[in-house]
This record gives sequence, structure tokens and C-alpha cells, in this order.
Amino acid sequence: MTLNYQGVGSGAGQKLVIQRTVDFGASDAPMSADKLASAKLLQFPAVMGAVDIAINLPGVATDAVRLSGKVIAGIYLGTITNWNDPAIAKLNPGIKLPDLAIAPVYRADGSGTTYVFTSYLSKVSPDFQSKVGADKAVSWPAGTGAKGTAGVAGAVKNTPGALGYVESAYATLNHLTTTELETHDGKFIKPTLASFAAAAAGADWKTAKDFAVDLNDQPGANAWPIVSATFVLLPTNPTDAAHGAAVIKFFSWAFANGDATAKDLQYVPLPATVKSQVRKAWKTLGK
Amino acid sequence: MFSALAHAAGLLVLVLLGTIIVLLFVGGLPAFRAFGAGFLTSSAWNPVTNHFGALVSVYGTVVSSILALIMAVPLAFGVAFFLTELAPGWMRRPVGTAIELLAAVPSIIYGMWGFFVLAPLIGTTIKPWLASTLGHVPVIGDVFRAIPGDSSIFTAALVLAVMITPFIAATMRDVFLTVPVIFKESAFGLGCTPWEVVWSVVLPTTRASVIGGIMLGLGRALGETMAVTFVIGNTNRINPSIFAPGNTIASLVALEFPEAESGSLQLSSLLALGFILFVISFIVLAISRMLLPQRGRV
Repeated sequence: MTLNYQGVGSGAGQKLVIQRTVDFGASDAPMSADKLASAKLLQFPAVMGAVDIAINLPGVATDAVRLSGKVIAGIYLGTITNWNDPAIAKLNPGIKLPDLAIAPVYRADGSGTTYVFTSYLSKVSPDFQSKVGADKAVSWPAGTGAKGTAGVAGAVKNTPGALGYVESAYATLNHLTTTELETHDGKFIKPTLASFAAAAAGADWKTAKDFAVDLNDQPGANAWPIVSATFVLLPTNPTDAAHGAAVIKFFSWAFANGDATAKDLQYVPLPATVKSQVRKAWKTLGK
Repeated sequence: MFSALAHAAGLLVLVLLGTIIVLLFVGGLPAFRAFGAGFLTSSAWNPVTNHFGALVSVYGTVVSSILALIMAVPLAFGVAFFLTELAPGWMRRPVGTAIELLAAVPSIIYGMWGFFVLAPLIGTTIKPWLASTLGHVPVIGDVFRAIPGDSSIFTAALVLAVMITPFIAATMRDVFLTVPVIFKESAFGLGCTPWEVVWSVVLPTTRASVIGGIMLGLGRALGETMAVTFVIGNTNRINPSIFAPGNTIASLVALEFPEAESGSLQLSSLLALGFILFVISFIVLAISRMLLPQRGRV
């Protein structure tokens, strides 16, 4: 049996698995419990990824600038418009920030990354939540949109003063200038695999329904604030039992052998306890 | 037998066209019902609160296309003028072919070129220059105000202009060549310069066809998706400055369609936008058809 994976976008992936056109789908945004029940789907996390902030400040090294969720929310709301704003200066006492307009860049295409990022900003900034909210595409009060992660990265690289959000894996592999972020506990940390894993470890997986945990802004000394899981959707009543079993076999193999590959690609494997929870959920399939 | 097949093929095109219009309209119906005529005048596009309106993307589509025409038409006219009146014989073919090749460049190439080369170039040259000169003129100053960021309606219009110039130039050249030589020679005989011949003899006799060619270019500009998406900034706000980012119908639909959930008002609004674009393009192309000469029986 061969696996044919199509990167069609989460919305389309969800639609195709609901129609049973495909054997499984995956999305960065968890599906609601009602929808899962009515579409007869089982949802489980596969792997976790983080979102980094990429900036273009001439002469500033990577992870040198410190930002907080409130400041980023202010930038995307259009209330903080210059790099020498006192709110940014206060977080960066050691750096002389230039008098340069901030050009925020966002994903113009509907995107799971945007969902994760706006969920984070809504969580840390009530102002952002009331004015913008969280979704795969939102109505941004400021900034410009670029298509795809590569588009955001390119726009940031092109424009002095720009700031954008990209998947951590992409930022690392393409050597973007990232920033430190303030954790829930008020510490400033660099985006590293260890700090992403710390966010996953602190989350409450036990009680979350359908594994839909919110990994953003988790407490913990070294927990990166913008982290999310990718969720896989499986039909609980597969149209073809052999295909259903093969999909489980594939993910079972991936859970057992895929950790090193995930880390190579800058993604965070699930904690062992969560994996065994997921394996337990698979047993309920087809019954 | 052959005649039946040919009839069927002809009818199939009509059926396809009709089905597309009907499907777009039916798909967009929930949005038209929910927002009514307000869909056309609302500048909202908010998937979180489910408020959608077409104003910003219609504005961006129309403004970027018209700006593109303002830049492309004089250029295309110059090219056609050069090729038909001024260029030495050995240059006409290579230059003419080069122009036609420009029309064959895939739009994604124009998009990437616009994004990586043209946009930064505009940001450091044309924008500061226009902003520091025309930007200080009262009333129209706002139109040229500098906005941070390289993506803008102006950048999109410039890329569009490069894309549609070959279309318009090729049409103009072809219709200029249809002017009977005797007209031009009479004018030359009266002592007219090449410019006077084109301006007062060639252009008046071919006016309708020239406008038709321009409309064809406009039609292409209105529907262009990829190249525009790269450089327009994809912002759902209307700003009087041409250096502000904006949005077009085609690029908004392309961007949000893959992630719009089935049955959502967002999806319906996107289909409704598609319908509006269809209507606009249809009108433009219909005008161009009416103005272009009937080139034999098609």
C-alpha cells in the first residue's frame, strides 16, 4: 500500500476526510467536538511545532531583540509603529533601537500558522481578542499580507523594519533573524527545540477533550509561548477497513521511529505519556 | 457526423460558460442574501465575525487595473508606432517577436520578479521621489504619500502594466498595419511628419480597434491573480495612497479559498466575489468585442 499525501491546506484536508475521499486528514487548528462527533472522526496530535518572530533590523543579530506578546499585539494592531517605541525599548535596555517604522507582515492566505499566532495574541492581549480575534484568516488592522511562509519570510528579508511570524522550522532552516520572546512566567528565552518541548510538557493533556490542548503561553520556566500541535483526523468508521488499519500502522510506526526525523525538521515529538494516550484512543476505532 | 460533432463542441462552450455563471451565483447566494446590496458597499472582510463585503477588493481590482492601463497604453502605443513607422525593416521582426514572447511569460514569473526585484526597487527610487515631490502638492498629495513596506497597489499596477503592454502593443501594431498605404502616403506627400501621420491619419481610422485592444489588456489585468498576489500586499483596507497595500478580487479568492470551510459564509462570499469579477470582466470583454473589427468569420 502506498501513501499519497497532498498538501492542500487544512480547510480542504478537513473537508476531504469528512467526505471520506481520503483516509486521513491533518490540520493545525483542532476541530470542534461537535463537528468531530457529527463527522464521525477521531482527532489526535501527531507532532508539535512552534512559531517564531522574524525581523529585519539592520545590524541586529538573531535572538538579540526581546519582544513580548503584548508588544507584538500592539504592532499588529497598529498602536506600536516604530522600533524606538518606549514599549519595545523597555524590553531591550541593552540595545539602541533605530528610528525606523515597523512594517508588520502577515500570512495573506488562510493558514494554520495564522490560527496559532492569532490564538496566542488573543490569549495575551484582550485588546487583540476584542478587535481581531483568532482564525486561519483574520481582518488585520495593520501591516501587509504575503502568500505562504516563504512569502512572509521574503517580505521580511526585503523590507528594513519588517516583522513577521513564521513556523520555527522554516525560520531555522532559512536562517531568518528571530527574536527572544517573553514566557508566561516573564522570562525571555530563545526559540529552541528544548523550549518548544518544555511548552508541550507543561500542558494538560489528560483532561483535554479530543486532545485539543492549547499549548500557547504555557507556564514553565523555559516554555516557548507560541506552540501548537498538528492534529490528525481519522474516520471512526473507515469505508475500507484495510486502509483504516494501514493508517494506524503508519502512525504507530511514526510514533515509534519518527522522533529523530521530527527533530531534524525542527518539530517536537509528543511526550511519551501523550503517545500512549493516543495509542489507547486508536483501540476504540472501528468498535 | 462531423457537423454534429462541431455543433456539439460549439454548444459545449456555451453550456460551460452558462454553468460557471450559474454555479458562481448559486454559490454566492447565501452571501448576497446575508448582506444584500450592502455586500457591494461594505469594506469589511472579517472571517472571525463573519462580516464580508466586496468594496475593498473591487476598489483594488479597478484601481490597479486602471493604473496599469495609464502606464501601459502610452508604452504600447510607442512600441506600435516604432514598429510600424520608424523601425528599419530588419528590426521589425525580432522586436515584434520579442514583444509577443513577453506575452507568453507565465504570470508567476512576473510575480516573483515583481516581488524580489521590482518592489524593492520602487521602494528605494520611485516611491521616495514621488512622495517628496507630488506628495507635497495639496489635494492630490495624499495619493502619493509614502507608506512603509514595498508591496503596494502601485507595484501591482506596474507589474500588470508590463504584463499587458505586449497584448496592447501587438493589437495596435496589427491594426495600424491595416491602414491603407495610400492614406499614409497622401499625408506624407502633404509634408506630414511620421508623428502627424500616426496622430491624425492612422489613429482616427483605427480608433475603435485600438480601444478594443486596450480593453483586452484591461480584461487580462482585472483577472490576473498570481503576479498581483505577490506584490499588492493583500490588505483589506482602502487607503488613498497608491503606495499603500491593497487587495484584488482574484488574489483574495485565490488566497482564502483553500482554507475556507465548506458551507461557511466566507466560502459563499468568495464565490460571490468571483461572480462580481465575472460580471466586470464580461462587460469589459463585451465592449472590446464590439469595438474590435470582425476579422472574417471566426
